Order: sequence, then C-alpha cells, then structure tokens
Amino acid sequence: MTWNLCSRALRALLLPLAFLLPIANTAHAQVFNPTTFELDNGMQVVVIENHRAPVVTHMVWYKVGAADEPAGKSGIAHYLEHLMFKGTDARAPGEFSEIVANLGGRENAFTSHDYTGYFQTIAPRHLGLMMELEADRMTGLVLTDEIIEPERRVILEERRSRTENNPRSLLSEQVAAATYLNHPYRLPVIGWAHEIEGLSRADLESFYETWYAPNNAILIVSGDVDPDEVLRLARETYGKVEAKALPPRLRPVEPPQLAPREVVMRDARVDQPAWSRRYLAPSYVAGDNEHAYALELLSEIIGGGTTGRIYRSIVVDQSLAASAGAWYSPGDLDLTTFGVWFSPRQGVAVDAVRGALDEQIAKLIKDGITADELKRAKLRLIDSAIFARDSVGGPARVLGAALASGQTVADVESWPDRIRAVTVEQVDAAAREVFNVNRSTTGVLLPVEGDSRT
Amino acid sequence: MMSALMRAPGVALLAVALTFVPVAAKAFDIQRVISPGGIEAWLVEDHALPIVSARFLFPGGAATDPVGKEGLANMVSGLLDEGAGDLDSQAFQTRLADQSISISFNASLDGFSGRLKALTRNRAEAFDLLRLAVTAPRFDAQAVERIRDQILTGLAAGANNPNRIAQQTFREAVFGDHPYSRPVTGTPESVGAITETDLRTFVARRLARNALIVGVVGDVTAAELGALLDSTFGDLPERAEAFTIPQAEPGAAGEVIVVERDNPQSRVVFGHRGVARDDPDYYAALVLNHVLGGGSFTSRLYDEVREKRGLAYSVFSYLLPLENAALWMGGAGTENGAVAQSIELIRGQWANVQEFAISQDELDRAKANLIGSFGLRFDNTSSIAGTLVAVQFRDLGIDFLNRRNDLIEAVTLDDVRRVAERILDPAALTVVVVGKPEGLAATRTMTNGG
Repeated sequence: MTWNLCSRALRALLLPLAFLLPIANTAHAQVFNPTTFELDNGMQVVVIENHRAPVVTHMVWYKVGAADEPAGKSGIAHYLEHLMFKGTDARAPGEFSEIVANLGGRENAFTSHDYTGYFQTIAPRHLGLMMELEADRMTGLVLTDEIIEPERRVILEERRSRTENNPRSLLSEQVAAATYLNHPYRLPVIGWAHEIEGLSRADLESFYETWYAPNNAILIVSGDVDPDEVLRLARETYGKVEAKALPPRLRPVEPPQLAPREVVMRDARVDQPAWSRRYLAPSYVAGDNEHAYALELLSEIIGGGTTGRIYRSIVVDQSLAASAGAWYSPGDLDLTTFGVWFSPRQGVAVDAVRGALDEQIAKLIKDGITADELKRAKLRLIDSAIFARDSVGGPARVLGAALASGQTVADVESWPDRIRAVTVEQVDAAAREVFNVNRSTTGVLLPVEGDSRT
Repeated sequence: MMSALMRAPGVALLAVALTFVPVAAKAFDIQRVISPGGIEAWLVEDHALPIVSARFLFPGGAATDPVGKEGLANMVSGLLDEGAGDLDSQAFQTRLADQSISISFNASLDGFSGRLKALTRNRAEAFDLLRLAVTAPRFDAQAVERIRDQILTGLAAGANNPNRIAQQTFREAVFGDHPYSRPVTGTPESVGAITETDLRTFVARRLARNALIVGVVGDVTAAELGALLDSTFGDLPERAEAFTIPQAEPGAAGEVIVVERDNPQSRVVFGHRGVARDDPDYYAALVLNHVLGGGSFTSRLYDEVREKRGLAYSVFSYLLPLENAALWMGGAGTENGAVAQSIELIRGQWANVQEFAISQDELDRAKANLIGSFGLRFDNTSSIAGTLVAVQFRDLGIDFLNRRNDLIEAVTLDDVRRVAERILDPAALTVVVVGKPEGLAATRTMTNGG
C-alpha cells in the first residue's frame, strides 16, 4: 500500500511512488550504484552520488507504519509523524524547521502502511547538522498535551480535506476495508476519525519508544556528497544512538477469499461515475512472489498509457470509457492488489463498460499475451530505470521504500535483469493466477439514485 | 515579446555561454543557441545521463479563447499528440511508447506550452514526432470526440471539487467580464461548441516561430540542438497573430462569497490586488509574502492558524503575477464550525503585517530561505528547462539566474514596509468559501446548482 501522507502543507505533496519505477541502465545490471554501510548500532546507510547540482536529500526511513498500529488505535503512525516536528529535550518546538528554513532547505515527511519517512533537501554543507537534528529526534521527542491537542485538530482537518470532502476518497477507504478482512491494510493510513479522537499521549509515546530506533531505521543520502564523508558524519550522529530490542512486526494474515465483494457508494456530490476492481496479488516479498515481475509487465501491457490493451479496446475502439487502465503496487510488505479501472463516457452505463472490460480479461486469460507485447513492455520499463536517475530525491525514495518494505539493495539493482528475464508463459501464468473474481473487490461510485445523471 | 526574429540562413551557429552559480561552488552554463534558420533556444548541456528534456511555450493561452469557445486552448493541448502527419492517434502514441518518448502539451491563461523528454538514442525520433505534432496535427474526428469526452467527464468529476469551485468563483468575482475570469478547461457548453475549424485556427494563430520560446537541458550539444530546432520548428508559420488581453484591475474588494456545498470542511480562497512581475517592488513583495504565508512551515499564517490553534492542515499565501493582472492570494481549509475564526485570523495577520510591517530578524530569515532554496529546483533536466523557458517568457535576461539572489538580498525593511502599505489591505480581501460555514457574514451566497 503506497498511499503516502505528508505531514505538512498540501502544496508540498510528494510524488506518488507509483510514478517512480525502479530504474536501470540498459547495459549493466546496476540501477543507482549506491554505496552501503551499516553502523555498529544496526542502522543501515545508503549513499547515492549525484553531482549535477550542489544539493543533497537526506532521508530517514523507519520500518514502521500504519499497519503496525495496535488494534483500535488507527492513525498513531501518522499522528506521530506530525508530532516529530515539535521539540525534543535539546531543541524547542519548531526549532528544527526554523533551522532548515534559515539554511534555505526544504523538508517534509510521509507515512504509509509499511513505513514512515522524514527528509530535508538542502545544500550539502549542512548535511552534518541535518543528521545531528534527525538523530536527536530519533529518541529525544518531548510530547505534552499542549503540543498534541492542536495537532490532533490539524490531523482531523487533514482527514476532512483528503477524505471526507471527497466521495472518491471515502469510497477508496470503504473498498480497502472490504478488500482485507483481517490484515491491517484494511485501515486508512490517516486513521478512522473516531479513533484519531481517542488516541492518548501514552499511545503515541509507546509507539515512538517501541519503534523509533537506529536498528529500525534506514538512512538514505542522495546528491552531491562523498560516501566516506557521509559515513563519518553518520557515525558521529546516528552512531551514538543506542539500539533497542525490537518487537516483530505482527501482521495478521488474510484468510482465503472465497467470494467476490462489491461496494457501491452513491453520493449527492458525484456527477461522474467511477469504477474499479482490485484482485489480491503477491508483492515482491509476500504471497506467490515469483509472479511479481510478470505482474509488473502484465500491468504495463494491459494498462500502460494510451497504448495498453484496456485503453485501446474500451476507450479507443469501442468508445465506451473516457479513460481506463490498470495498476499494480508490488512494493508492499504484505499481500497487495492488482487493479483495473475505468471512467465511463457520458451517457454510457457502468455495466456496459464493465462487460467490455471483463471480455478483455477473459480474452487475455484464454489467449495470453504476445511476444511482441512483452518485448515492448520490457523496453519501456527498463528505460524508465534510466529516467528515474534524473533527480536527486527520486532515487532516494525508490531505495528507501524498497528497503523499508522487505527488499534489499541487490533486489533494486537487479530489477532490470529480472524484468528482462520474464517470459510470455510467466506473464500468462501470472494473469491466470491474479484474475480470479473470487479474490476481487469492486468499488462503484454513482450519483444518488433517481438523479438523471445515472 | 520575442518580436525580433533573427533570420540568417547559413550563418554559423551562435552560442553565447553564461555561467550560473546556483548555490555555491557548482555552476552550469546557459548557452543562447541560434539555429542556422534563426530559431533561438537556451541550452544547458548535461551529459551525465543519456536524457534530453525540452520545454517550450507560445504566448497566448486560454485567455485568448473566443467567447463561447472557452476551453479551446486546453482542448488543442489534448489533441496535438492524438495523430499528426501520416500517423493516426494510435500510430502516433505507439511510436511514443515504443521509444519511451514523452511529449505533452498544456494550456494556461497566458500561454500554450509543451514538454519533451527522451533518451539520447531516440532523440532524433522524439523531435521529429514533436515536429509533426506542432506542424501537422490531424484532428481526426474520432480523436476529437474522444478527447472532448475526456474533458467533459473531467469537468463532471471536478464539478464538486471544493478547491476547483473556490478558485473559479474567485476568478469570476474579481475579474468580472475580463478573459481571466473564464475557466481554462471551459464549460460543458463551450467545450461542446468547439469545432475542428476552431482547433485548426488556434494552431494557425498561436503556434509560430516569432512567438516560440525554447529551453533545452541534457545530452545534446549546441550544434546538434541548432539542427533540431530547424527541423522541428522550421515549418511553423513565421508570425503569430497579434492578440491583446486588456489590463485587469481585480474587483469585488471586500466581498465574502459563500458557495454552499454539503461538505464537512469549508475550502477558502482569498486575495486582492498583487504586484506585477515587472514591478520594481516585486522582490520586496516576494520576501514579504514569505513572512506572511509563503514559508512552508514558518510563516505567520501557518503559525497562527495551524501551529497554535490547529484550525487548518494547509494555510498559505502566494503572489500570482499574470501577464495582465496581478493578485496576492491564499487558501485554507477549516471545518464549517470554525472557518469564520480562521478567516478572522487570516485578516488579522494581513492587518498586522500591513500596520506593523515585519522585524529585521523576520526579514533576514525570509531572505535566507528564499536565497538558499533557489538552487534546490535545479536537480533534474525538466525543471531546469522549465526555468529557462520562464526566464525568457518574463524577459528577465539570460543572466537572471545569477542576479536573482542579489535582487532578494537587496530587499530592505523599508522596501517591505512600502509594499505592505501600498498593497496589503485586509478590508479589500475577496473571500470565497465553499462548504457550509457557520457564523460567517456573507455578502453573497450561492446554493448548489446556482
């Protein structure tokens, strides 16, 4: 689940990870060529050199997210992420942000089901200070009721902005809750409003004290830096934080899904219907993960842009939908989903489009993909690895997300080779495995009944 | 602008290099490239990756849409890559996809722009597809209807988007009959009225060599780019048709407009007159705005509305210097029961800054952030190319990137006080609220569907 929440202003939203495909150089197996270290306290360090501009992105990722929260206390991970911008024993509330601003830096943070991350982008000469401040708040956070109460209101406003003001978001939340009966991916990352209201200072402190530790963190430094210097600075700062005994990440496992599920939401604020269906699917590290790379290619073949099968058949050839596609999020720590979606053309019934989409899926399962389709999809994905190197922050996010979600640097670096190795038969087998309607959940958004726009 | 086209066929490529020093020691060179055919582009060569990014712009965007055909520029932007020359829509899109080339277009109020990104091995093909898109778009009926329907479904999907409603209502209020009041994406009626002739007329009038502004960054030399400029844009008409957008003075001062919607949170957009991009006080205004509501996590609005009271997740202000009007704007989102309080706090900060100006310390910190953060955007080819286009569009000069931080540094407390006194006026703020605000005195209320 790569729904990321940023703690700060909406205008500083991060790129969704889905657009940052892991990258590769066509000639070699290497993608980002990072330098890696491990500190004595167990903190992992990854350095990606990029000397185009005098800029560095400094990120710390914690291997804990919303899916690690205690039952009945959704929203802790994200609430805590906001509170990390308050003070510590050594620094006054807001001082960290003030320092970053005065040095011409930018900063933000994000929370997903599987990880929580903090970053600053700044001139490289300030890297040591960023590390000192980030290491300080790894253990020194000070929370009082005066600090947490206004921030609770901020988060409830954030929830209203993102979710309650938006019927599509409300439906997504309901669909996620229907997709997973038992696994915490069923919960919204931001939390249910009534549970956010009930979180106590003790809940937040306990989560922080349990999970925020160097041996549960990954340091990623990307930009105009020297890896040896980064290691020296990391030892002086993070290296002084003591490791903790970490509990296992207990994730309840989904029982087998035996029947299709459907959530139909009608809302007076809806003028344009929307339809999507997601199927439970393996990730790189969960379920039948030998299918993961084949599913990435399948997603590109059927859902890639305006030349994918779904768009070509139901948007261009049959003129039934205004837009349509597919998505797959292989980076999740646990069982993920493969999805298909469309937005019907004006005046076309949702069921007519769904029927045409189902025909395409049936045809795919019966006849499979072609060697030519696979070859072209591989080329696009492998090329995307080169484009992903064209920034300072992008590679840091790709590597950070991977390492925080059960993958290794070697997995990321060999991604192009693994994509290259996938066969037609493997894609066909993955398609037959994933497109099982009994393992699907459908979400339909409609205007209120009786409205002429249905 | 850009009225003087250098026409010197056969003249050797002219490349004047300027060195830009973004933060400290590092630098990149901006070259002014004039093609053999006389087309100008600004180039930053960067051979670290086998990637080239190009951005370009033709002045005259949605504000030039004919009355009743609002959304024309936007519709053209969706159709130039939907078939050109001998290639129909699917053939064109397949050529792009099979070579990992991205080409896209965009219409704003003041301009029609585009971007290209490709790997070096596909560079020639990428620029050739761009040539086809800008010089020989097909506008096949099937593609036109498909894109029209995408725009219409997008309008329907956004019809209840609180932020979109607030922005559009604000512009209609402050700009009245001026073209800036019209929605860039049009209305269902106006989009339905656009014909193939309208689309072709827009292309013929706007896309011309004398109007073209180009910025290129990446794995290409000045000589290679010179040839690409001629092959790509050489067949465009020589001159764009002249157009005039009248200067607009924002109206509706002091109005509080409520657009009723059944949402738990009220979305607020506010603003009044601003500072033009070529106003000598522009940089003072930029610094003042940073203190007021431009600094992400350190501004006065952020501190008063979010940090101290938790009334909003996002609250901010910004300068919007359009070509023919200037606005000083902001936004926030607060639950219906407390939105009146948020608006009072925003007005209060506006007044506070106006009356007491700001301290030397606040000024220094704002300047430090604006200066230090300027270089951070230059970390990828596309954003550097975009900056090269923006600097040319605003006629700031090829040395602007070197001068920009000095312009910020030179802002004094007196400058900022002068701008505050001259421009800021809490009583003049036009406020638009979309939601069900409680206890808010509205000067005008619009109900759903109205």
